[in-house]
Amino acid sequence: MAKQYVDMNTPVIEMRNIVKRFGDFVANDGINLTVHKGEIHAILGENGAGKSTLMNQLYGLLKPTSGDILVNGKKIVMNNPRDAIDAGIGMVHQHFMLVQPFTVTENIVLGTEPTKGVRLDMDTARKNVVEISERYGLSIDPDARIEDISVGMQQRVEILKALYRGADILILDEPTSSLTPQEITELIAIMHNLVKDGKSIIIITHKLKEIKESADFCTIIRMGKYIDTVDVDQVDENDLASMMVGRKVTFKVDKPEQTPGDVVLDVKDLHCLDYRGIEIVKGLNLQVRRGEIVGIAGIDGNGQTELVEVITGLRKGTSGQVLVNGTDVFNKSPSFGFAHGVSSIPADRQKHGLVLDFSIEDNLILQNYERDPYAKNSVLQRGPIFTHASQSIEKYDIRPSGSEKRAAGTLSGGNQQKVIIAREVQNDKDLLIAVNPTRGLDVGAIEYVHKYIVDQRNKGKAVLLVSFELDEIMSLSDIIDVIFDGRIVASIPGGEANENDLGLMMAGGGKKA
Amino acid sequence: MTRKKSFFDFIAENRFIHILFSIILGFLVGAIFLAVMGLSIGAAYGRLLGSVTSLKGFSYVIVYAVPYVVAGLSVAFSFKTGVFNIGAEGQFVVGSMAAVCTGILGASLPKPLLIPLCFLAAMAAGAVWGIIVGVLKTKWGINEVLSMIMFNWIAFYLSNFIAGIPAIKNEGTAEATKNISENASMLFSKDFIKSAGLAPTANWGFIVAIIVTLIAWFIIEKTTLGFELKAVGSNRFAAEYGGINVNRSILTALAISGALAGLAGALQVMGMGKRISIFTSQEGFGFAGIVVALIGCSNPFGVLIAGLFYGALMYGGSKLNLEGVPTQLISVIVGTVVFFIAISVIFNKFSGIHFGRERGANGGALKAADKKEEKK
Amino acid sequence: MMNFVNSLGIILFATLAYSTPLLYGALGSCFSEVSGVVNIGIEGMMTAGAFTGTVVAYFTGNPWIGFLCGGLAGAFFGMLHAIATVRLGADQTIAGTAINMLGPGIVIMLAKVMFNSTDTIPLSASQKMPKLFAGTFDTSTLFGRFMDNVFAAYGSTYLVFIAVLIVWFVFYKTRFGLRLRACGEHPQACETLGINVIAMRFACVCISGFLAGLGGACVTMTLSTQFKPISIVGQGFIAIAAVIFGKFRPQGALLGCLLFGFCSGLKVVLGGSSGVNMQLISMIPYVVTVIVLVLFVGKSRVPAANGKPYIKAK
Repeated sequence: MAKQYVDMNTPVIEMRNIVKRFGDFVANDGINLTVHKGEIHAILGENGAGKSTLMNQLYGLLKPTSGDILVNGKKIVMNNPRDAIDAGIGMVHQHFMLVQPFTVTENIVLGTEPTKGVRLDMDTARKNVVEISERYGLSIDPDARIEDISVGMQQRVEILKALYRGADILILDEPTSSLTPQEITELIAIMHNLVKDGKSIIIITHKLKEIKESADFCTIIRMGKYIDTVDVDQVDENDLASMMVGRKVTFKVDKPEQTPGDVVLDVKDLHCLDYRGIEIVKGLNLQVRRGEIVGIAGIDGNGQTELVEVITGLRKGTSGQVLVNGTDVFNKSPSFGFAHGVSSIPADRQKHGLVLDFSIEDNLILQNYERDPYAKNSVLQRGPIFTHASQSIEKYDIRPSGSEKRAAGTLSGGNQQKVIIAREVQNDKDLLIAVNPTRGLDVGAIEYVHKYIVDQRNKGKAVLLVSFELDEIMSLSDIIDVIFDGRIVASIPGGEANENDLGLMMAGGGKKA
Repeated sequence: MTRKKSFFDFIAENRFIHILFSIILGFLVGAIFLAVMGLSIGAAYGRLLGSVTSLKGFSYVIVYAVPYVVAGLSVAFSFKTGVFNIGAEGQFVVGSMAAVCTGILGASLPKPLLIPLCFLAAMAAGAVWGIIVGVLKTKWGINEVLSMIMFNWIAFYLSNFIAGIPAIKNEGTAEATKNISENASMLFSKDFIKSAGLAPTANWGFIVAIIVTLIAWFIIEKTTLGFELKAVGSNRFAAEYGGINVNRSILTALAISGALAGLAGALQVMGMGKRISIFTSQEGFGFAGIVVALIGCSNPFGVLIAGLFYGALMYGGSKLNLEGVPTQLISVIVGTVVFFIAISVIFNKFSGIHFGRERGANGGALKAADKKEEKK
Repeated sequence: MMNFVNSLGIILFATLAYSTPLLYGALGSCFSEVSGVVNIGIEGMMTAGAFTGTVVAYFTGNPWIGFLCGGLAGAFFGMLHAIATVRLGADQTIAGTAINMLGPGIVIMLAKVMFNSTDTIPLSASQKMPKLFAGTFDTSTLFGRFMDNVFAAYGSTYLVFIAVLIVWFVFYKTRFGLRLRACGEHPQACETLGINVIAMRFACVCISGFLAGLGGACVTMTLSTQFKPISIVGQGFIAIAAVIFGKFRPQGALLGCLLFGFCSGLKVVLGGSSGVNMQLISMIPYVVTVIVLVLFVGKSRVPAANGKPYIKAK
């Protein structure tokens, strides 16, 4: 970055020695942050490091326990987001703050709606929205409902929401987490456009590459503490990574060469509808063999979610075959698939993976509660259930130890994922499906999850990996299948893939295999 | 985290203490009402206490409590399995009517045969009433709260209709059914009641209530069925992912819950009631079951105690007139208790514990689940 | 023919008369549910309104003041519900259950103290809710009788149809409505835009109680002339059912309430003439509702954040 738009003499945001406590827990412990006009400033830290807490204070959602916040050189106290908005701060949250059944226009103007008398003036609102979207080159359909538009579009709506309120300082919380490489490139271009216009941007992320590509400066936070602010041009990704986690990190996954065996999963000409009743998987073919990891690369919404739901029995397809070791599990129940060799790490661990109110021990037997030795004559056997849990907690390093009887909801995200992995790996099925297995996890937990996925492959299991993290697909997969518009459009050996080609194919362009 | 425990921690961490606290507040609010109306607090509460502490009084309390306990178990069971059985009222009504019909038409059968037959008929009727709602929900996605409200009224009018059929209707002028056969009655023998000085309606129902409490607890806590139903209740998506047939579970839960409410109806008519009148409004045993389940934290043993408490208030309340105090004082007290149970979260807030331990009685979780379902 | 027109007139009259209180309750329920707060306490709020309405009308001699006070009594219980659920984050179903016990409990106790009976003293004709356009039509002709039946309705009936229009307008055409619906769908989003979710929901639940209270007052001031403990038996729940039936829209709830009122009207006509059992006829509204749901309506989309307490981080 050339820092060509940065005006080092004009600090727009200064956060001084910010401390934020929640009861006994110190989420931010003396953090400093200075952002200048025209600057893109990254905030780097692992999950739970306190990045979002810091930004929520800057946006008036939380109040600092102590410390000062200065905007444009003036010290201000923000009681609610309204104050932040008035001070020219806008925030795009990681989980979009959009009202699903409302239109784009309604979402953008909500809270500052133009009126004519007592009536809402939606014509003016629409006109304003179109105008501002054209001014910043963020084209959208003002009349579309949020539930009908893509994630990338939804993000544009979020950015427009901030701009509509006259924000000069934009906070973007994990903005790239569900975008394609092309969309990420677009977003970075948008960001550059905005700073050129005199805006300042704070981007919260744990993706090092994006920081290198977009940011001018980077502030690193570790476990609530301020570590450093660095000039991004002066450091490389490894420096950033070790500052973030406090130790050296290896990004490489060790994977021995091995020849794949028989076909375990064979999906033939699969068709199915999405929840709106529109065909989303359109004649998809896919094979996964023993001892290999097949990664599905694709943009969210191209049928990968539905594909997995059909294989696991959660969704009925319209036609096709799903053979697992030769048995057709197509349109059978989830328990039928499980009995014939399908296990899975679901995308949303809190929704599909765990019963959060249940104890760890009960979650560990979620598919096996009716089987010996966990139940005899339909009566649960607490002894064996507890022993199983103790062994799993030990073997899979689920923390805190001794948590057999604790509700799964009380664990951290990483440990929740470990519970699921422990369960699915010990189910010892021939096919393991992992969907976004590391989403929202920190670096340590990611390494751990990757290790277990590769272990399953090495043990001769077939692994189907679906992930929106292209890096993850590229580093783990033996074969990368690109999904676009409900079909596999390319199948590339893992070693030969390159990010740009993949990105193009994911977007429907590029060469076809 | 070694922080000194505050008063609020103490209340928040102990469900039992918390409910006790709510009960005390309930009586306090009742006392304020009495004071405002210029009535004697001592006389009212003295009468309330006095009427339930004698042997005879206490036997009345138990007689009153039996249907409340079992109806409470019905609702508690539904809460545990993620359904809000606001339809217990209707299931209770069809259950009691089925028991009465069986008890009248089967008069020739011997007691050991007729009594279980009455139970079975009532449970079957209640279960059917529950299953209908379940089928409407699982097959057509009809909101169960809505259909339960409808079926409560359908049950009510159906019961009134059946009570008017010549074979069932009282020969006299009373707008009610005949009395059930002696062989279907669960009353203690007259001699025993007289010699022991019990309430004239003292009956075996409480034994059944205790057995049912134990069975309900066993099913919920110890069996694979309970595991399955609770999993569906807490997170139907994870349950489905884990291979549990969600629709079947919902139907099972509603059938069991309905059968329990139906049984409560049978216990009412085979013990205290003997017959069913043609009513102008719903009697409210099922709605009382909701309150009992809430006070009992949806825990079967808690429900047993809460049912006794509720029975005591109902019986004691019926004696308040003697002091010139309106019976409705009881509604105010119970309403206040439930109100404070509802806002129990504030104790959690003060103590820094952000998640309640019991999430059984949560209609909200249910709604959330429903909403997700729409999207499919 | 004459008979038919006459019957139709009576059915329409009954439809309107029976729908009116339900419709007030349903509009109230809409406000609360759409803003994200489950309110099964409508029944209790209606009972409070029913009692207060007649009592105030009785003592002041002015039905309109009574009617208004009925609403305020409902609003009081609405406020209780709001304090518990919105301010303190209570479980909404449990709090609503409490309201359903407290409302009737308190007012019946008051009735005992004031009138030494659970029933209030019947209102005289001048204390009752007046009928508009009464005597406007010549009832000696068939047409006049029909018109009299249909249009000489209680003031509260005319008012409620205006209220439906107003609520529809508020929900879909005003800033308040947009924000209200947003609060029920995504309260966090509202908070980030500087909308005070707590205040919005608090207001909506109070309005909900006010409308329910008006509905209750309607029952005792039009359908009958006095308050009895059984004045409100289940109308509150039916109103909620109408809202779910109407997919949480005021215009949908209107249809639901009219369907119910119509079936009740049918009951009045059939009950008088035919030999069909009264109890079975009384079942019709409920059975018809279920059938209509299965055949035409199906799933009702619940507002996304409905039932979830919104607790602001500190």
